[in-house]
Amino acid sequence: MAGPMRIRAASNGTETEVKILMSHDMETGQRKDASGALVPAHHITELTATHNGRVVLAAQFGPAVSKNPYLQFKFAGGAKGDKVSVSWVDNKGDKRTDEVVVA
Amino acid sequence: MKNSTYAACVAASALMFATPVLADATAEGIAKYREALAEGNPAELWEMRGEELWKEARGPKKATLEKCDLGQGPGVVKGAFVTLPRHFADTNRVQDLESRLLTCMETLQGIPADEVAKTPFGKGEQKNIEALVAWISAESRGMKFNLPMAHPEEKRMYEIGKRAFNYRGGTHDFGCVTCHGEDGKRIRLQDLPNLTKGPDAARGFGSWPAYRVSSGELWSMQRRLNDCFRQQRFPYPVYGSDVTIALSSYLGVTANGAGESTAPAIKR
Repeated sequence: MAGPMRIRAASNGTETEVKILMSHDMETGQRKDASGALVPAHHITELTATHNGRVVLAAQFGPAVSKNPYLQFKFAGGAKGDKVSVSWVDNKGDKRTDEVVVA
Repeated sequence: MKNSTYAACVAASALMFATPVLADATAEGIAKYREALAEGNPAELWEMRGEELWKEARGPKKATLEKCDLGQGPGVVKGAFVTLPRHFADTNRVQDLESRLLTCMETLQGIPADEVAKTPFGKGEQKNIEALVAWISAESRGMKFNLPMAHPEEKRMYEIGKRAFNYRGGTHDFGCVTCHGEDGKRIRLQDLPNLTKGPDAARGFGSWPAYRVSSGELWSMQRRLNDCFRQQRFPYPVYGSDVTIALSSYLGVTANGAGESTAPAIKR
């Protein structure tokens, strides 16, 4: 079970800035463990951010993204009290969705 | 002729200024890079977990840590971090945050402290302690260090810490003071704080626990000190042992009133 994301969303009236901190190991599949065996790849593959149900960002993630990734983006519109929801899926099918209210 | 003299002058002055300007640009670049890193400090993920753990009934006694006394009274977390290590009457010991947490976990939750102390960093209960220290230190963010020095034991630990800090030995004739006894030193991108002086001690001591980007882990002060011992080619200290607490006492007291805690910070 993946830990919760830390999401912050702030609107300045014309655009909304979203900052997301994800809790994920993001294993590349290139590393070896202490016994020399390859650590299987385990990383986020898809991320979607929605604003009141409308998709504002869709991204594909790969093994080059760091552990515990941080993502920041802006979208036009959005007002205080709106809902921003972020979901990701990883290559093992694990999922996580978290939601915040725009400040 | 006149022109070439002028050109030479310009060239000479450009050379003269080249070094400080470059140094400034480097320092500025490093500062910008650090700022960008701090924006999304994953230590926050540990903070969230730590707050949950504090309030979660755990261990054989199925109890929370909410009655744990970190020096400001049972359950008071805010401001506790900037007064540790300090003397505790119930254990009659000077304790840092982590050794105090061990006491609380044992007495309140029934989790055996010596077993937790033997657990490798980043595993089992040690993982939980990392989350707890992240949250507890964050609750004192922006507060100035104010370690008490009234009790004779606190004074004694400070003096032991000072000696341990300045003690050089091992295969490399190394001591804490080798890297942290002078101003303006740096290893790669990390400034080395001069821990013998107040403002630097606050900046250095006050930034641990910290998230380490290189390993993707949250390092507590105990782990930081443990690795300092390794780098000096000294034997590893026992988790929560007196020498580690004494060193923290020395660093914390040196930082008293000189700066604010920024922990949990982010480090390469």
